[in-house]
Amino acid sequence: MSEIIKKNLSEIIDLIKKKEIKSEELANLYIDKINKSKKLNSYITTCFEHTIKKSKEFDEKPNFNSLLPGVPLAVKDLFCTNGFKTTAGSKMLENFIPKYESTVTENLWKEGAILLGKLNCDEYAMGSSNETSYFGNVINPIAKDTVPGGSSGGSASALVADLTPATIGTDTGGSIRQPASFTGTVGLKPTYGLCSRWGIVAFASSLDQAGPMTKSVKDCSIMLEAMAGFDNKDSTSIEKKKENYSKNLKTDIKGLKIGIPKEYRVENMPKEIDELWNKGKSILKDLGADIIDISLPHTKYALPTYYIVAPAEASSNLARYDGVKYGYRSSKGNDLIEMYENTRSEGFGDEVKRRILIGTYVLSSGYYDAYYLKAQKVRQLIKKDFDENFGKVDAILTPSTPSSAFKIGEKTNDPISMYLNDIFTVPVNLAGLPAISVPAGLDKKGYPLGLQLIGKTLDEQNILNVAYAFEKNCNFKNEIKNWWL
Amino acid sequence: MSIDKDKIKHISKLARISIDSKKSDTLAKDLTSIFKFIEQLNELNTDKVEPLSSILNTPLRAREDKINDGKIREKILENSPKKNEEFFVVPKVIE
Repeated sequence: MSEIIKKNLSEIIDLIKKKEIKSEELANLYIDKINKSKKLNSYITTCFEHTIKKSKEFDEKPNFNSLLPGVPLAVKDLFCTNGFKTTAGSKMLENFIPKYESTVTENLWKEGAILLGKLNCDEYAMGSSNETSYFGNVINPIAKDTVPGGSSGGSASALVADLTPATIGTDTGGSIRQPASFTGTVGLKPTYGLCSRWGIVAFASSLDQAGPMTKSVKDCSIMLEAMAGFDNKDSTSIEKKKENYSKNLKTDIKGLKIGIPKEYRVENMPKEIDELWNKGKSILKDLGADIIDISLPHTKYALPTYYIVAPAEASSNLARYDGVKYGYRSSKGNDLIEMYENTRSEGFGDEVKRRILIGTYVLSSGYYDAYYLKAQKVRQLIKKDFDENFGKVDAILTPSTPSSAFKIGEKTNDPISMYLNDIFTVPVNLAGLPAISVPAGLDKKGYPLGLQLIGKTLDEQNILNVAYAFEKNCNFKNEIKNWWL
Repeated sequence: MSIDKDKIKHISKLARISIDSKKSDTLAKDLTSIFKFIEQLNELNTDKVEPLSSILNTPLRAREDKINDGKIREKILENSPKKNEEFFVVPKVIE
């Protein structure tokens, strides 16, 4: 197996620019390993003919000035890709072939990237372990009986197994940062509105954001630069100039104020995570940052708020799957209503149904004020917690997850214990803020753990810098043994 | 709030998802525990709090009311599970 595909995205880009490897050669290296790695189940669809065709085109007329010159990339199967199946991990969309391209993927192709395939994910991005996918669970390359996290589990698994040099996911409540933490990789959820939501299968529209998943912080800055940008087709897209995150990356964080929120020290948190958090604090302190204790008093209400807001928006977004215009359609039912009911019963999996029902209930007549309105008010309080503290600090450091990767099947029968995985990631989505998970160390089982840096609105550059400085001084090394080959 | 089978029946009707009686038991149990979890929010007094309706500080952009695509009927119909020439086909709704 070639050593090249083990490299970071930025190193691979250098090799292409120096003409040490051709795009087609690189594509073939990935294709070869993807073919040998079916056990991981990280890909739902591959499109190798397209990949080779495009990489040949690149090699014939290379443009080395783009951000991702001739780089083959796989993306989460939640991004619509023109002419290539987009399933969202659901039976409902098993045969759906979009006739348009999502803005974020279009941006990647404009920067020279080439589609390798579509990566497995929890059904409609609803899950924290990739076990709700209709196409089966994904294996974490770290250890064969563990989950890669979710919902962008296929993305995290493929990345760490060297089946793509970088990838993109979506994060509604932690779906990029939690799998990044579980696989020892970097994952960033941008400010709400930085990356266009156009062409991404919708889950909860006020929370959904696309973001990069990479092997290094530098790679993350390159990918974010390629993905982000104003889009007229998304009414919540932020109008602002494109930033050069990769060029402006720096390790000088002297004098920066880093907040440590006491509410993130939760009950029953493994000692190792606490120790790692302390390690993070001392690394940043040694680099000249000021560590400041802060309080985010409404943190414990973030998950209950999320489990009203997200299902409510999902129930409304997923009303479109009616078996008429596209997607699965049941052959049973005597009239239109029965056809709808059977289509949705057969097409959706259990977790998706559960969330649609929760959402329908909290929005139903007589309950709106007690649940949805209440949640919108608490969401305001959670946002205020952050707003008040960002007067005092420049970024906030927390653990990314309350545990390392867990065993397949361990939490599937208890929705609440599954939901608790997102306890540290959900508040950020509710407040619309950017946050990055960076690998920080291994637990005693040898499984990776990440730390999360939360930034102010549109302050991606700052958290990337802190993460970059942290990465350079943390000496984290992922040990992947390629046991599945 | 405890969710029983009758409530499941009512919500699933609203959501247009048929649920068989065996699944209905598990769902009632799961949803009861989820709502118990959600109802922690009742500990908070929010009488004087404005609900957060948008995370962005700016109002949503409105676009000019003019056609910016079109002529894509064939493409749109391609993904339909059942069609007839230029129409989506649904089960009979009028006797």
